[in-house]
Amino acid sequence: MARKTHVQTQINGDSVEFLCEARQSLLEVLRDELQLTGAKEGCNNGNCGACSVILDGRLVNSCLVLGVETGGKVVETVEGLAAPDRLHPIQDAFLENAALQCGICTPGFLMSAKALLDNNPNPTEPEVRYWLAGNLCRCTGYDKIVRAVLDAAAAM
Amino acid sequence: MQAFEYVAAQTVPEAVAVLKEKGQQARVLAGGTDLIVQVREAKRDVDWMVDIKAIPEVNVLTHDSQNGLRLGAAVPCYQIYGTESICESFPALVDATKIIGGTAIQGRACVGGNLCNASPAADCIPPLIVLNAICVIAGPGGEKELPVGAFCTGPGQTALERGEMLVALKIPQPSSHSSSYYLRFIPRNEMDIAVVGAGAAVTLDAAQETIVSARIALAAVAPTPLFAEEASALLAGREISDAAIDEAAAAAQAIARPISDMRGTAEQRTHLVGVLTRRALKGAIQRVLDA
Ligand SMILES: Cc1cc2nc3c(=O)[nH]c(=O)nc-3n(C[C@H](O)[C@H](O)[C@H](O)COP(=O)(O)OP(=O)(O)OC[C@H]3O[C@@H](n4cnc5c(N)ncnc54)[C@H](O)[C@@H]3O)c2cc1C
Ligand code: FES
Ligand code: FES
Repeated sequence: MARKTHVQTQINGDSVEFLCEARQSLLEVLRDELQLTGAKEGCNNGNCGACSVILDGRLVNSCLVLGVETGGKVVETVEGLAAPDRLHPIQDAFLENAALQCGICTPGFLMSAKALLDNNPNPTEPEVRYWLAGNLCRCTGYDKIVRAVLDAAAAM
Repeated sequence: MQAFEYVAAQTVPEAVAVLKEKGQQARVLAGGTDLIVQVREAKRDVDWMVDIKAIPEVNVLTHDSQNGLRLGAAVPCYQIYGTESICESFPALVDATKIIGGTAIQGRACVGGNLCNASPAADCIPPLIVLNAICVIAGPGGEKELPVGAFCTGPGQTALERGEMLVALKIPQPSSHSSSYYLRFIPRNEMDIAVVGAGAAVTLDAAQETIVSARIALAAVAPTPLFAEEASALLAGREISDAAIDEAAAAAQAIARPISDMRGTAEQRTHLVGVLTRRALKGAIQRVLDA
């Protein structure tokens, strides 16, 4: 058995400790060790964005971050998006605009959109499209998703 | 992914010591956007990953008109295009950092990692060449400097020797009436690897009619990114004109030795060198005129 490292991090506001091997990605740690299965594995090589999470305020592909790299860092995943009693405005806008079908890309788009709106509360449509270029959706089509993000920006 | 050991080095000597002891079995981990993919796909056999991101020297980002730019090897792309004075003085590097991957990749991927990965198609390397970047390298024997044009020695191969790592890139402040431009051809708007890339830097005279000097560099048309020396030299002292730019483009085409692969044929690539060299030169000149 390969050596496991003890890592302490903050995930969605909670202090979290876990043991992981160096070769485990943050995505594997979230899904397999911490049962936070919101972030999805699509390509596992940085191209699809299904695994997008926010690390110390920056959008990252969690498949391209090692779990051991996250010691002392702040991680935000889709599980932390909604308040206990209501959805986040970005989630509402996705529902209102029918911006999902199978939903496998949705957690990644939601976190990517959150990182965008945290950074730029009033993006233009081209800004939304370029920002989301690293997130792929194979069934809904991008127009509804882009409209949902623009609606969420207007609502927030 | 294969099992490996992870070390978060706190100092340059600590990283160098591991790299020296483990040799080929150790790799520096910067943003990981190349390395993690390569290890996962078993394209690289690595027993040790030496994370350098906690080392202060590799996170330095300073710029002033006296000393130029000092860019730590682990500074991610978004910090480059997010710094206004860099956008003003080194626009070709900004052009490249804005097109590497998407937002999430740019949050992690470093210019230093792009250089050390030494892909023939790496987008940051032509800008570094035309901007006269110098590599600051640390190793068991201390620190040394190497012009970026001598850094890549083949696809995925660099001049780094056992125990050595890139600490920073130093880019001199361009003189007045200078600017630069980088662009690439890809079949879509974003998220793709260059079929061909071309960068240019120009310095004009005060009247902005004559080219004092120019530098042109190309990506994805040879085993390493290329400095187009003759094409660059023949522009020195020439009045700005389509004829001069066409001559430089033809000279750049003459040094391209592209291959045919799934991204494009050799013939298409050679054609693109001409088109992109012209556009890069005109783009750089226009930026001087607009400043
Ligand atoms: C989805 C996706 C899209 C991409 N798009 C582009 C693109 O458009 N254009 C492009 O050029 N590239 C692209 N890339 C490739 C990659 O993102 C870039 O090359 C990036 O700049 C690499 O930087 P990094 O910090 O992530 O490097 P890492 O992966 O950390 O390192 C890359 C290599 O360099 C070595 N290394 C890193 N730093 C040092 C150092 N300081 N000293 C010695 N060795 C070092 C590592 O050991 C490794 O071998 C893409 C990658 C992905 C996954
Ligand atoms: S699973 Fe990480 S980008 Fe596709
Ligand atoms: S909703 Fe199915 S991939 Fe986007």
